[in-house]
Amino acid sequence: MMKVVRGFYAVAYSVKLCKPDVICAYPITPQSEIVENIAQMYANGELGNCEYITAESEFGAASILVGASATGARTYTATCSQGLILMSEVLWNAAGMRLPIVMTIANRSLSAPLSIWNDHQDSMAIRDAGIIQMYVENNQEVHDMMPQAFKIAENHKVMLPMMVCMDGYKLTHAYEPVDLLSQEIVDEFLPPYDPPVKMTTKEPYTFGSYATPATYMEFRAAVYNAMERSRKVIEEVYKEWAEISGRNWGGHIVAENCEDADVCVMAMGSLVGLVREVVKELRGEGKKVGFIKIRTFRPFPAEEIAKAVDNAQKVVVFERSLSMGSDAPVTLDVKAAIHKKAIDVYSPVVGLGGRDVPHKLVKSTIEEVIEGKAKPGTYFKGLKDYEEVVV
Amino acid sequence: MEKLRITLGAVSKPLESLKIKTGDWGAEYPVIIEENCKGCGDCVVYCPDLCIELVEVNGEEKKKKVAKVNYDYCKGCGTCSVVCRHDAIKMEIKEIYRG
Repeated sequence: MMKVVRGFYAVAYSVKLCKPDVICAYPITPQSEIVENIAQMYANGELGNCEYITAESEFGAASILVGASATGARTYTATCSQGLILMSEVLWNAAGMRLPIVMTIANRSLSAPLSIWNDHQDSMAIRDAGIIQMYVENNQEVHDMMPQAFKIAENHKVMLPMMVCMDGYKLTHAYEPVDLLSQEIVDEFLPPYDPPVKMTTKEPYTFGSYATPATYMEFRAAVYNAMERSRKVIEEVYKEWAEISGRNWGGHIVAENCEDADVCVMAMGSLVGLVREVVKELRGEGKKVGFIKIRTFRPFPAEEIAKAVDNAQKVVVFERSLSMGSDAPVTLDVKAAIHKKAIDVYSPVVGLGGRDVPHKLVKSTIEEVIEGKAKPGTYFKGLKDYEEVVV
Repeated sequence: MEKLRITLGAVSKPLESLKIKTGDWGAEYPVIIEENCKGCGDCVVYCPDLCIELVEVNGEEKKKKVAKVNYDYCKGCGTCSVVCRHDAIKMEIKEIYRG
């Protein structure tokens, strides 16, 4: 059923169809209306036997879900920014305990200075936790991703938490036409959660118990290997979704016109739509440019990217976050993926803290690379000249 | 070599942690001097690892209760020897840490 809805609702409605057993959240801009929508559905009795718990903080919300998931419940939460990093201690535990908690991240910048607007710094800050991360382009994609996220996370070969990352404001607050899924299609696609281990009052367990140097390393290797195994599972789920829903969002990456491209341009999240359009325009002007949308970020699709950029001499990675003291996060992984190839990597950092990324800026940034006017490495675009002074 | 068995999510059953002998951690260990021990139980109350209990032994005249340490889990913190009012607990350095 096609409806014009906001990003919040596209997420909330999809989560409802996944029939979670326990939802626990703490509101934070720009995520709030996702959980407000879900709370309303709960109050209206639309969530069946689901427990909706309001927590005292994100740390509490994540902790409650760890407990709930350990009892075999299908669990969901949404958060972003400071809320996500407040959860981070618990989230590393959730990954180590192999609890398939599904989360929507309404990507927002991190303090300081305080900013409520969009970039990818929050989810990047916990990229190493053992949580699967994927980034969506629009509200239809995030709507479609929620059932897929549960299916991936709860796969017995995987058993890891999963984050579906959508840009705060740019997607959460945007009205878009979304083809809302039916309960039948989600029921057909997503079986009930079948936990490999669960605790009850009669059979109590300790999750994530203490490990000495004699065993810790094997437990961590097991998380690493589960993340590696998830590559295939994710691809299969993406494919199955395309068949069942008729909407094919592609695999870990979507490469367009890269075969003959001298310059391949990459983007992630809501910036994808704009960058794709600009690349199309440049191709129309006879420039040999290709475009790559990165969907899965953890596990990082290194092989897919290396293959897609095989014929390129230059790669442009539009970055929405920083790693202080090194190249920006996506660039680090892209460089590692292509380290044997003689390809220059250009990493324009754009749109931090909600700074607008206009069409003109994207186009000129790519043109500078094509024309050899840019230097490889990490640099800022759309940055004002500034001088740092003492109050 | 036999494979190391680890559980999904580091899940363990109740009391499995007893297999981990945290007494290995300590550099020192308490020694009870039974003739000084009055069986007051202060050490039992103060032990942060619940590693001391009172047991009955045969004294000079009659049976009496004295402190007994569970060395499997005692980390050698020395709290018992500090709170003992009868000089009945002294700390010794483990053989492997002696110079």
